Amino acid sequence: MSSALTLQEVNTVQDAPARPWLTPSQAWGLILIIPYLVIFLLFVIYPVGYGFWIARHPHTYVELVDDPIFARSAMNTLVFLVVGINIKMAIALFLSGFFIQARTWIKWLSVLFILPWAVPSIPTILSLRFMLNPEWGVINTLIFRLTGEDGPNWLNDPTIALTMAISVHIWKSLPFWTLILIAGRLAIPGDLYEAASVDGATNMQTFKYVTWPSLRTLYLTSTILSMIWTLGDFNSVYLLTGGGPADQTHVLATLGIRYLRLDQVDMSMAAIVCALPFVLPLVYFMMRRLAK
Amino acid sequence: MKLSSLRSVTTEAKLLLIGIPLLIWTLLPIYHLFLFSISPKESAFSGKLWPDHPTLHNFAVVFKQEHYYLQHFWQQLWNSLLIAVATGALTLFIATGAAFAISRLKVMGGRMVMNLALFTYFIPAAFLAVPMYRTMGLYGLLNNQWALILAMVTIATPYSIWVLKQASDQLPVELDEAAVIDGASPMQLFRLVYIPLMAPSLVAIGTYALLLAWNEYLYAFLLLSKDTDVTLPVALGNFLAADDSPWELLMTTGLIYALPPAAIYYVFKRYMVSGLTAGAVKN
Repeated sequence: MSSALTLQEVNTVQDAPARPWLTPSQAWGLILIIPYLVIFLLFVIYPVGYGFWIARHPHTYVELVDDPIFARSAMNTLVFLVVGINIKMAIALFLSGFFIQARTWIKWLSVLFILPWAVPSIPTILSLRFMLNPEWGVINTLIFRLTGEDGPNWLNDPTIALTMAISVHIWKSLPFWTLILIAGRLAIPGDLYEAASVDGATNMQTFKYVTWPSLRTLYLTSTILSMIWTLGDFNSVYLLTGGGPADQTHVLATLGIRYLRLDQVDMSMAAIVCALPFVLPLVYFMMRRLAK
Repeated sequence: MKLSSLRSVTTEAKLLLIGIPLLIWTLLPIYHLFLFSISPKESAFSGKLWPDHPTLHNFAVVFKQEHYYLQHFWQQLWNSLLIAVATGALTLFIATGAAFAISRLKVMGGRMVMNLALFTYFIPAAFLAVPMYRTMGLYGLLNNQWALILAMVTIATPYSIWVLKQASDQLPVELDEAAVIDGASPMQLFRLVYIPLMAPSLVAIGTYALLLAWNEYLYAFLLLSKDTDVTLPVALGNFLAADDSPWELLMTTGLIYALPPAAIYYVFKRYMVSGLTAGAVKN
């Protein structure tokens, strides 16, 4: 790259006698980048600045910390991220090994497997919500038919409801991460596996000494990226439980909207500001990985 | 010989033991959606795997808007389409220009703009929702569909610029030099060389932005409220407000709403998978 002439340099050579302050390519560059800068200033910088300004009073934070729903939401978010994401990524890692098996039926299965990711989340989450309905839902109907007993009241128990919200999240985003890890596995050179096989390595040994070392970085990056994205997963919780019962299943993404509804915008912003010390290091890590 | 065939049978059995539960897990909520849409109201709750009398009646009710919740179905479908297409087009316009300026014209400050955009991409969209809502109110755009379009463009552009810049960096620099030596202006270079070569990535990005806007729920319900302004997902969410919701109609509408993105995904799969998954996580 460095040895080749850049467009800018070519232009400079051509314009050498006049040496204008702004070369045509620089001028066009500015014109082309201005639309994005306008969007960025109006809809990112201004709202963010405004948000911080709303959340500037220390007493808001005192009030926030005193609110048991905030503590509960922070805890739920942590469970969602630490437990939910790690389970999801472990399953995705396992399934990526399943999907690279050369079978026609597995190829077809992989086409269907993408569906949860390809369809919008609203109808499918509502469908799941209805399946979990304690009275008429298909799951409890089945439980009753098989055991003669009533099934659990799925969305009325905070622990079960949160588990269900995490399951919905996993259902929706598992295909995407499996796809990423399949791509990662397919990039591992085949002769590494041949060598391992010649040396008589077992499946576990092959995974430990060949697959995992090659996949480790991608796996870590995926996990962190998934954590950042999951912080913004509003739908899985809001459409399944609505934060209930008794506001016990909120996560930070839905809590902000709850405070907005209650006309407590300062609390809403303060909740997000409190999350930033945890989010920004993850974002910094991702920027370092991608901005090369 | 016998031992190896026995081993292959166990391997096959193990694979099936993973594959069958996986198939059920994947399809159950979607099949449930489909089953409700073809079941008559009274037998929808029977818990059978296939209705005794499958019917398209629910679709007829939805298409003729014969229910209180569906009064504006066609208008809302049109809103969803309009907002998705506008978001796709605007995102393409803004992101292509910015990526060209950063990657090919090496505009001053381009690197910083790229970093700012990436930073925005990593901030969860739900965190920006409340301040965005207030800001749109200040701009007087609340309850105007432009608010949703601009919000979706804001969310879609950072990643789009990044993917296009990555793809653009791969084009050989000699192309630009040859064009410039032939006397091409930067805009001619953009139009005649850059756009045609970037076509596959542009398709991927256009589709990405379009689907993002079509699927969006949170911003849509925050920024729009009038029944004739909202998009279909907001209308679906409104079904939840009542206890006696007509679930079979909700499921039917949901299925109609889910079909276009699924179809687009499978049609453009080649572009989406190579363009987006490779971009999402770089090794």
